[in-house]
Amino acid sequence: MALLETAGLTKRFGRVVALSDVSLRIDHGEAVGVVGPNGAGKTTLFDCILGVQTPDAGSVVFAGRRVDRLPTFRRSLLGIGRTFQRLELFSGMTPREHLLVTARVRAGGGRLWKDGVGLGRPLPAERREAGELLDLVGLTEVADVPVEALSLGRCRLVELARALVGPPRLLMLDEPSSGLDEGERATLVSVIGRVRQERGVVGVVVEHDLELVTTVVDRLVVLDVGRVIADGPAAAVLADPVVRRAYLGAGR
Amino acid sequence: MALFFSYLLPGIPYGCAYALMAAGLVLTYRASGVFNLAFGAQAYVSALLFSIAVQHGWPVWAAFVMAVVLASPALGLAMERLLFRYTRTSGPLVKLVPALGLLIAIPSVTQMIIGTATRLPSPLVLQPWQVYFHIASTAVSGEELSTTVVTVVVVGALAVVMRSRAVGLRMRSVVESPRMAELAGVRADRTSAGAWALSSLFAGLAGVLLAPIYSQVSSSDFTALLVAAIAAAAIGGFESLPLTLAGGIGLGVAQELIAGYLPSGSILSSGLRPAFPFAVLAVALVARRTFRRGAARDPMASCDPPAPAFRPPARMTEVAVGSRVFSAVVASLLVAATLALVPGNWEFVFTFGIVLSIVFLSITLLTGMGGQISLCQATFAGAGALTAGQLAMHAVPIGLGILLGGVLAAALGAVVALPTLRLGGIAVGLLTLSFALLADNVLFLYPWSGNGASGLTVPRPQVGGVSFAGSSAFFWLALGFLVVLGVAVKLLQGGTTGRELAALRGSERAAAAVGIDVRRLRIVAFTLSAAIAGVGGALYGSLVQSISPNDFNYQFSLVYVVVVAAVGVYSVAGAVEAGVLYAVLMQLVSTMSGRFSSLLALIFGLAALTYVRHPEGVVAYGKSWVLDRAEQLTRHLQRGAGRPGGLATVGGRRRQHSGTGS
Ligand SMILES: Nc1ncnc2c1ncn2[C@@H]1O[C@H](COP(=O)(O)OP(=O)(O)OP(=O)(O)O)[C@@H](O)[C@H]1O
Ligand SMILES: [Mg+2]
Repeated sequence: MALLETAGLTKRFGRVVALSDVSLRIDHGEAVGVVGPNGAGKTTLFDCILGVQTPDAGSVVFAGRRVDRLPTFRRSLLGIGRTFQRLELFSGMTPREHLLVTARVRAGGGRLWKDGVGLGRPLPAERREAGELLDLVGLTEVADVPVEALSLGRCRLVELARALVGPPRLLMLDEPSSGLDEGERATLVSVIGRVRQERGVVGVVVEHDLELVTTVVDRLVVLDVGRVIADGPAAAVLADPVVRRAYLGAGR
Repeated sequence: MALFFSYLLPGIPYGCAYALMAAGLVLTYRASGVFNLAFGAQAYVSALLFSIAVQHGWPVWAAFVMAVVLASPALGLAMERLLFRYTRTSGPLVKLVPALGLLIAIPSVTQMIIGTATRLPSPLVLQPWQVYFHIASTAVSGEELSTTVVTVVVVGALAVVMRSRAVGLRMRSVVESPRMAELAGVRADRTSAGAWALSSLFAGLAGVLLAPIYSQVSSSDFTALLVAAIAAAAIGGFESLPLTLAGGIGLGVAQELIAGYLPSGSILSSGLRPAFPFAVLAVALVARRTFRRGAARDPMASCDPPAPAFRPPARMTEVAVGSRVFSAVVASLLVAATLALVPGNWEFVFTFGIVLSIVFLSITLLTGMGGQISLCQATFAGAGALTAGQLAMHAVPIGLGILLGGVLAAALGAVVALPTLRLGGIAVGLLTLSFALLADNVLFLYPWSGNGASGLTVPRPQVGGVSFAGSSAFFWLALGFLVVLGVAVKLLQGGTTGRELAALRGSERAAAAVGIDVRRLRIVAFTLSAAIAGVGGALYGSLVQSISPNDFNYQFSLVYVVVVAAVGVYSVAGAVEAGVLYAVLMQLVSTMSGRFSSLLALIFGLAALTYVRHPEGVVAYGKSWVLDRAEQLTRHLQRGAGRPGGLATVGGRRRQHSGTGS
């Protein structure tokens, strides 16, 4: 059974068709790259899967459950972690606080009355998970610095770590490598590899960085003007003349 | 039909003034992202200047040029230059507070300088009272005629200019990204200054045109004008000028029609006319897509990065402990002084300060921790006080009544939260403001709630055998409430809810993406905050023992937000400091006479000025400044004592911020 399945997903913004009839199937244990030119609808696809945008038509099934009527937070709690192309960090909070609040939310168990009697502080298990994730993405050094003071690359890694709390069953990364330096990019590649292996997280990566995509995923989906124009093993897709024309330009 | 027109036509001049001011609001919002509530004050100043000049024998045209063409734009330019130029990339609260501060400060300060006016001349070229022609046998006077013509021409011209490539494009580019616009050769500062001058001119024009309608120039009339203008702007989605114009005129006309057709005498009909614009504002905010969160992005949001949210820096252990001890000593001294040393009058002042601190705590929770702007906290306080008063009349013990006041306010908070859920940022504030005005004009006037102007009496509590009727006893009671609620808010801040609220404040979208039920959290925040405000209000009622709805009108809500934000909205300590400071200042000012009574307003203006530079609050900034020096000194002393110094050890000695440390 597929972990995520979309059928006929369609989204229009006025006259712009951001997604048109997108049907995708992502299986357990897979890592899929979604590529396509600017404005192809990649971010909109993520938004529709998580419920940030409401699609005009189509359905989303996650882990055997129809989720397209659920609010964003419920879909997230089913086990979807995502990062944002345009950073959406909790301004004023440190990377560690980002992970602590997420850990509590994901585990549930936050109750108002518990706060009232002083039982709302972070638990040792949550601190441990936060510490481990900070180590994993290499942010331990700046764990207690407000995110405003961090470089763009490090902010992306904070988003990555936040998306990994739980851990999620499906990880959706939206252009995770933009703004990263060489070292951070290497960290990103190794983190994606490790969470796949160790935690069995399924990944969907939206990227313009084809080299990175092809190292971390097995399968590529190409979107163009909201339409899936190719889907299959990375090498085969990249060799496809239709894809080359739409995305890479005829000369490549 | 004739009757219809006789109701309809008098509404048009009102509607025109609404439309003019609304056009100004839209213009500055588009050009700098600021929803400039201070336009109400600017309209007032222009009307006042105009009237006084004419009374001093100036020719009408000269007075008009001075008040509308020179003074108002100059004031707008000064505001832009001194304040709003620096808030382009700030959050909604930082944009709102200075505007509110000016709305409160400008009228009083102006009065202090130039006095007041009573008789209002008309600026019009046509003879105001001469009837020029009839529509369906209703006379159309020169005044109505010329106001309408002026408005339609001016707003129409603005709409045309905004559509033209040269001006409109330049303005839009500055809105989209000031930095990119600069790179492309557009002078962003100049463009935005131009927009401010122009929209101030509109505000001034609205003020002067409307002045003759009112028998006196009073600043509250102009606040009502402001709210109607906001409603008109909301009808236009803060965007479309033709819709704004139509909305403004429609509003003025509808108001008169309602007044004409509703049976007179009942509270509903006397309340509905003033309340109508607020109802329209509420409906427009909820119905229009532009204000949805997500869609309703600040026009500035997509360009420059937002200014960092404030967080208290981690302190060296010695300094942190020292400052705690110091605060504890100051607090105890104040309590001791209140009870033992100061005259009875001041005991009341400090008790008032404590009660106010409780109300302010509700702002700390909702706005400081959760980032939600509410402009109806005084209404929640009023709901608590009125509940306690009503229950006391039905022989419910007042101690219980105070708690039930909190419960009823909480319920009200949840109800108010519901329609705001789809909205974000400033729209939430405006919707709560319209609720506050609705309460002032309708809800609180019924005998079963606020009992109108006659008000209610609220006794002092008596729990078991202990009476809190004496002023010292009541002081302890209030202090007890403050401590309990303050500790509760602090616990909340350190707990799950506090962290979730901080996440909500940081990014609502990301909060939902990590699994936070944003709607529930917002309702919880509003409910808890309203409950605290309600208890505070009920205590206030019991303190002063006789209340009327006017003690909780919307102006208090505005004042409270400005006071708390200016002193420090992010901490429980800030709420207490703000409460005590405000009570003391009120007392000091009330003992002064004459023109100095505007001193409080002046302080507000200054608070607005400093707030832009120190959004964490002036007192919070001052404390942080002192603690920085204390840290330096400690480090210096340690080095002198032969202990190893340097950054590495200092870093190691830093206490981790609460909630992050191990
Ligand atoms: N909120 C919105 N309102 C209107 N149009 C939108 C909105 N979001 C996206 N679009 C439009 O939908 C189309 C798809 O956008 P999307 O952001 O999904 O593309 P993308 O593939 O992620 O592009 P990029 O590689 O630049 O990130 C674009 O034409 C975009 O302008
Ligand atoms: Mg994208």
